[in-house]
Amino acid sequence: MKLRVRYSKLGKIRFTSHGDTARHWERAVRKVGVSMAYSAGFTPRPKMSFGLGLPTGGESLAEYLDMELAEAQHADLDELCTRFASGMPAGYEVTNVVLREPGCPSLQEDVVACSWDFALVGPDRDEAAAAVASVLSQSSLLVERERKGQRSVDDVRAAIEALSVTSVADDPRPHLCAVLAMNGRGLRPTELVGALFPALDPIDVTGRVLRTHQWIERDAVRREIIPARAVATRTPVGCA
Amino acid sequence: MTSLWARIEPLLARVQKPARYIGCEDGAVTPRHAPDRVSWLLAYPDTYEIGLPNQGLQILYEILNERDDAVAERTYAPWHDLEALMRRHGVPLFSVDTHLAAGDFDLLAFNLSAELVYTNVLNMVDLAGVPVRSAHREPHHPLVVLGGHCAFNPEPLADFVDLVVLGEGEEVIGEITEVVRDWKASGRTPGSREGVLRELSKVPGVYVPAMYEVEYDGPQLRAVTPRYSDVPATVHKRTVADLADWPYPKHPLAPLTEVVHDRLAVEVFRGCTRGCRFCQAGMITRPVRERPAEQVRTMIANGLRSTGQSEVSLTSLSTADYSGIEQVLQSVNSAECGTNGAVSVSLPSLRVDAFTVGLASQVSGGRRSGLTFAPEAGSWRLRSVINKLITEDDLYSAVESGFSQGWNRMKLYFLTGLPTEQDADTYGIVDLARNCVQIGRRHTNRASVTVSLGGFVPKPHTPFQWFGQNTTDELRRKVQLVRDAAERTRGVKVKWHDPKATAAEGIAARGDRRIGNVMERVWRDGGVFQEWSEFFRLSRWEEAMAAEGLSIEWYVNRHRDEDEVLPWDHLSAGLHKDFLWLDWQAALAEHGLEDCRWTPCYDCGVCTGYGIEHVVASPVPPAGGSQGTGQDLARGGEVPVQLLTRPRRDEPVGAEVSV
Repeated sequence: MKLRVRYSKLGKIRFTSHGDTARHWERAVRKVGVSMAYSAGFTPRPKMSFGLGLPTGGESLAEYLDMELAEAQHADLDELCTRFASGMPAGYEVTNVVLREPGCPSLQEDVVACSWDFALVGPDRDEAAAAVASVLSQSSLLVERERKGQRSVDDVRAAIEALSVTSVADDPRPHLCAVLAMNGRGLRPTELVGALFPALDPIDVTGRVLRTHQWIERDAVRREIIPARAVATRTPVGCA
Repeated sequence: MTSLWARIEPLLARVQKPARYIGCEDGAVTPRHAPDRVSWLLAYPDTYEIGLPNQGLQILYEILNERDDAVAERTYAPWHDLEALMRRHGVPLFSVDTHLAAGDFDLLAFNLSAELVYTNVLNMVDLAGVPVRSAHREPHHPLVVLGGHCAFNPEPLADFVDLVVLGEGEEVIGEITEVVRDWKASGRTPGSREGVLRELSKVPGVYVPAMYEVEYDGPQLRAVTPRYSDVPATVHKRTVADLADWPYPKHPLAPLTEVVHDRLAVEVFRGCTRGCRFCQAGMITRPVRERPAEQVRTMIANGLRSTGQSEVSLTSLSTADYSGIEQVLQSVNSAECGTNGAVSVSLPSLRVDAFTVGLASQVSGGRRSGLTFAPEAGSWRLRSVINKLITEDDLYSAVESGFSQGWNRMKLYFLTGLPTEQDADTYGIVDLARNCVQIGRRHTNRASVTVSLGGFVPKPHTPFQWFGQNTTDELRRKVQLVRDAAERTRGVKVKWHDPKATAAEGIAARGDRRIGNVMERVWRDGGVFQEWSEFFRLSRWEEAMAAEGLSIEWYVNRHRDEDEVLPWDHLSAGLHKDFLWLDWQAALAEHGLEDCRWTPCYDCGVCTGYGIEHVVASPVPPAGGSQGTGQDLARGGEVPVQLLTRPRRDEPVGAEVSV
């Protein structure tokens, strides 16, 4: 049985890496006694496939993984949702479990864009609005990157599909609401903040990074991979 | 006590591996602090990855949190990046469970398992905002406690700690808690610190260094004597009589990020009487106490269920010697553990014989990652000196068995700088490795053997405590002999421990109180994380020794006499000093000593002195377990002595060995 699972990752647990999250899932599934399908070969691995990486330190309301259970396993999806949730460390919530549509592309291939909510530390609302307007008015946005010792300068303007300043209940900080496309190497949240406020240290400015949605396209219509069915712990979010 | 989390959180965005500092593990307890509870902060003076799996810390964490009058949290040494930020932003050392300031706890208790972490202890005490010297502490400061194997010579840290616990902590932490609870209830009034320490010094197993006067006669130690008549002249270690009473950890911690031993650990026995003369662990943890196989099985099943781990490690000082080993292995992958064959087992600290390889083969499934054996010395003569009585045939049959069952790589552990070692013995290391490769070539062209070479550091409470450690130059020369010889040998690779680090270990291992100033100098000079080669510099230690007018040669490389007062003579692991001396003389005469689990008592002092006995499920040694017993035990063997046995099983272990 092939499943697609949606979950959230909030609070202290955000300081674990994407690789750590994969281990948390492997252990959770074993803890709750769900039998996985294993890969063939010398070192059999449980068949689990994780979606886009979430940066260490980032939170998310919309994380996904695909997994395959052992054959002939009867399972009620609602019950699985509850069981998985009980096996995961504090900070995760399992918000939906569905059967994976046959033939659908992998999560990594399928996602076209993600929505993010950033809390800003330092700039006030007007400064944030001015920075956003300035970036949106430009036709190109150059970001210098280093990867495996190679420096490169990329134009990431096309990755910014939408960007606005918003606010969140009970939080005096201005928030950014961004929709970032997943084409090419994409644009990391701290890179965007660095481009908005070149005079400031992006790590200082980025107070909280929250992925709110991952988007796919079907018949030219954009939608979430799967909706969150169970209600995630209410975390105030600026972007709808 | 308020959480520092809001101040720590922004720092974590700037450090490597922030998951080290968040707690939240499965198995972590929600601590219940209250004014009438004694709060312990259990500290491991190394990184989270190394400290989290530590079983001692996990056991005490759980036992304390089960008490009505105590609460325990954990902390680990913050890595350089976070430490720099903490110091810059005025954030003190904190607990990982609820991020409370370390200085707000009643006790700050360190687990010490290696000498090179001593300076981290000073650093963590300082980072906690607590004066590093115990003499400068006030009643509101935590009591700084040391435990673990290095506590058997705590003198280099004596000026920095308030109390030291010798031996196993399960029982004594409760007794310490009660004394501290009364002190807390009395209001910790000015001047009361001395009083509580004096009370604590009366708790068996607790050593309070400040209660002892140290006299010197020139460079020599003359005596370490109690300042008060009610303080014991000799502090004896604590030992739990029966592991069956202590099935801990019941809720093992499952780390959220990668750690060194990311698997469920279940301790199958404590103590070891093989009597390897270089091995401090084997000497100070006697006698052998096995956990009943039934309990081991329950702990495995529960631990796997609560952590979701897929690997279990059966820990002890020599796991193939465990009477219930086969029984336990058979059950691990049965329905009983609910694992359906998906669990792998690791067996650390294995004996060198074919029986052992059979076990390894049985548990490793299809995986053949590598087999490790520890012959420790390159010749039978030298192995007789160190009492590691492995014959070449033992080794070759183990290796043959391993290669024939699909392994391609073997790792062999050796020590160099052992007493009486000649170059012929050192060359013997490469000869053994070469022969092992040749055996392997009969099975696979890819056969390779890695020799891992460590410099020998004589340890307190062992027969080698009188031996002068080899100099750095001599160790370097011996390592070079092995490297040169191995270079001409196809399939043999050599890895070695830095002889400079061995020298620093030597200073700390057998140091006296005067070494305390050296520790402080090394720490103040930035010498923390000294077991990490990128941060270790011997010159820092040499300069500190010179500045204190102390000689490395005298402390490290000098042979001691029988009548010399040793810095740890007032601390007892139960071993008679004259037994150790006789064993030292036997070593020099190349006489081996049998394993007393299965042979008559030779009165090392531990069982008789403490009224405890070996707890072994079977009076018959395990098949193939000839090492150190001096007997032909190929078929199980006969045992001439009556042991205190647990009548839990009808048949003795001693399966046929099949190679």
